[in-house]
Amino acid sequence: MSAQHNRNLRTFVIDVFRWNLKGGPGFQLFRLLLLGCMGLGVYAYSHQARFGLSVTGMNDIVSWGFYISNFTFLVGVAAAAVMLILPAYVFHDPNFHRVVIIGEGVAVGALVMCLTFILVDLGGPLQAWHLIPGIGIFNFPSSILAWDVLVLNGYLLLNGLVPAYILYSHYMGRTANEKLYRPFVFLSIFWAFSIHMVTAFLYQGLPARPFWNNPLLGPRFLASAFAAGPALIALILAVIHSFTSYKIDRSVFNKLRLIIVISAIINLIMLFSEIFKEFYFPTHHSSSAIYLFFGMDGHNSLVPWIWTSVSVNLAATLVLAFNPGKNNPKVLLPACGFLFVAIWMEKGIGLIVPGLIPSPLGEVVDYLPTWVELSVTLGILALGITVVTWLIRAALIIEERYAGHN
Amino acid sequence: LQELSIGAAAASAALVAGCVPGADAAASGELRLKWQEFFKKNYQLMTEEEKAQTVARLEKLAALQDGLQLQIGTEPPLPKVLYGYAFNITRCEGFMECVTACIKENNLDRRTNTQYIRIFEMEPGQLDPSTGDGRYFHEVPVDNKFYMGTQCFHCENAPCTKACPVQATWKEPDGIVVVDYDWCIGCRYCQAACPYDGRRFNWASRSYPKTRSTPNSTTSAIACARWACREVHLLHPALEQGAAAGLRRGLPHRARVFGNLLDPDSEIRYVLKHKKVFSLKEELGTEPKFWYFID
Repeated sequence: MSAQHNRNLRTFVIDVFRWNLKGGPGFQLFRLLLLGCMGLGVYAYSHQARFGLSVTGMNDIVSWGFYISNFTFLVGVAAAAVMLILPAYVFHDPNFHRVVIIGEGVAVGALVMCLTFILVDLGGPLQAWHLIPGIGIFNFPSSILAWDVLVLNGYLLLNGLVPAYILYSHYMGRTANEKLYRPFVFLSIFWAFSIHMVTAFLYQGLPARPFWNNPLLGPRFLASAFAAGPALIALILAVIHSFTSYKIDRSVFNKLRLIIVISAIINLIMLFSEIFKEFYFPTHHSSSAIYLFFGMDGHNSLVPWIWTSVSVNLAATLVLAFNPGKNNPKVLLPACGFLFVAIWMEKGIGLIVPGLIPSPLGEVVDYLPTWVELSVTLGILALGITVVTWLIRAALIIEERYAGHN
Repeated sequence: LQELSIGAAAASAALVAGCVPGADAAASGELRLKWQEFFKKNYQLMTEEEKAQTVARLEKLAALQDGLQLQIGTEPPLPKVLYGYAFNITRCEGFMECVTACIKENNLDRRTNTQYIRIFEMEPGQLDPSTGDGRYFHEVPVDNKFYMGTQCFHCENAPCTKACPVQATWKEPDGIVVVDYDWCIGCRYCQAACPYDGRRFNWASRSYPKTRSTPNSTTSAIACARWACREVHLLHPALEQGAAAGLRRGLPHRARVFGNLLDPDSEIRYVLKHKKVFSLKEELGTEPKFWYFID
C-alpha cells in the first residue's frame, strides 16, 4: 500500500503483465501449452491462407462448418455472463458480486474467440475492412450479419470497459463510482440477450433452411446458453476456489446449479417440441432432422454424434436436478462438464451442419472437419483460455490486494 | 459492365504469404496495381472514371500474371429492359451442352468441377428437383424420364442481396442479380440464404485452361478473387448479339427461352402468356424471374 501514490495507468498495465508472467512451474507449463496450441493454430491457418478454404472440409453444399459451429456456441457462453450480472446487480446478492468479474472475464474471452472464428471463416480476411462503417459499406439494417457484428463488438466493449474501470479504480485505491457504471451494467444485461437472439436470427431468418427457419431457435439459444455458460463458469469458479486464495462461497455454486437446471430443463422441453414437430408428421422440411437423427441416403456421420449429445445432455440434467450426491462437488462438477460438452455438440455441429444438409436441391453429403479446421479451432480455444486466465488473474490479484477494504 | 467480373486472385496470396517475386520493374508495377486494387471502392459507388481505372488495372494485371489479353467492359444495364428466362422441361433431354458451355464461358474451376447450371434427371410425377438425380452419368435421354435445369433464378425479392453484410451483391435495374467479386469478403451468408442452391464459392484459386478461356467475355470473371462468392450468371445484354447467340445456337433443343419481360413481343412474354408455366418454391415469395414450362 506504500506505493499507492506511484500508481497510474502505466503501472496498472505493467502490473497486469508482471502478475501474468510470474507463477510456479505448473503455471508456466500451462502457459507454454497454450502458446504451443496457438502456434499450431497459426501454422494451420497459414496453410489455409495460402491454399484457400479448400483445405477445410467445407464445400458448396456444407458452406459453413466447424468454425461457424464453434462461433455459434461461444456466443452463448459470452451471453451467459448475464446470469452472474443479473443476481449481482438486480437482486444485490453480495456473493455474486464477488464473482461477477469472473463471469465478465469469461464473456470477454468467449467474444474474442467468436470474432476470431468469424475472421478465420472469411474467404477474404484482408477484405474484412469492408465491414467497417465509414470506410466500408455496412448493409444495415437489412443484413442480420451486420447486426451481429455490431452487437458482438458492442458487448465486447461493455464487458471489457466496465470491469476495467472498476478494477482500475480498485487498483488506484478508490471505490468505483457505481452511479457512473451502473447504466452500462444494465445496458449489458439487455445486450447479453440481444447478442444471442441476433445470432439465432442469423439462422432463423433464412426461409431457404427450414431446419433453422423456426421461431423456437432464438429462445432455445438462450436456454441452452444459460445452461452451458453457467456450467462452464461453475467449473472455472471451482478451479479458482481450489487453486487460489480467492475463496468462493458455497451458496454461489448452489444458486448456479438452480440456474443451470432450470435452463437445461427448458432447453430439453424445447428440443422435445422440435423433435415432435419434425417426426410426428414428417414433411419435406423435416429432411435435415431426419439426416441428423437417423441418416439419409447412406450418409449418417452425425447420427452417433447427436444421440451421444442428447443422452449425455439428458443424464447430466437429471444428475444436476436430482442432486444425488447432496451437493457433493465430485458429482455436480463432472455433471456440469458433461452438460457443457453435450450442449456444445448439439448447438455447434449438431445445429449448423444439418441445417445445410440436404442442400436446397436435395443433395446429401457428409461433412468432416480437416486437420486444418481442428488445429485452427484448437488455437482459437487456446487464445480464448489465455485471454480469460490473463483477465481473471489480474482481476483477482487486484480484488485481493487493493480492494480488500471495500 | 455490371457483372463486376474482375479481381486479383493473387493479390491476397501475395499479401498473405508475402511471397512477392523479384525486384524487377514489372513486379513492382504489379505490386502497385494490386495495392491500388486492394483499396478500391464497391463497384456501385464508383464513378465512370474509377470504373475505367479499375478495368485498366485488371487488364494489365491479367497480362502480367497470366499473359491474357482481356477486354473488360463496363456497359451499364439497358434502359426499359427487365430480363426473364424460361426453361422448357418438355424439350430438354439432359445432354448438358448448356452446362459445358457455361463452364467454358465463365472459366469455372475444373478441379472441383464447379457448375453454375445443374441438370436433374426427374422421375415422372415429380416437379421438384430435390427428388431428381443431379449426378447422373449415362446415356440420355432415358425413356420415361425428363430433365430440369437449375441456376441462379435472379429473384425479384432475392434473399442473397438481403443477407450480404457488405452489399457486395445487389439487383441491377434490368433485374439481374450481380456480385462485386472484389468487394465480397467471403462470409458465404448468401450461400446459406439461397433457396435454389444458386451460389458458388471459389474455395481455391480457380484452375481452368488459360489458352482456351474466353478472354473477350464481358460476363465472366477471368481473374476473380479467390474467396469470392459467385452468382450463377444470367445472360447479359452484350451476349444477345455475341456469345449468347452462339451459346444458344450450340444448344441442341432450344429448351431455354430468354428475353425482355417489358417487351410485349418478346419470346419470353409469349411463353408466359401461352404456355403452362410454373416456378420453384413459390411459397417462399422470392419471385424468381426464371420459369419452367411445358409444351
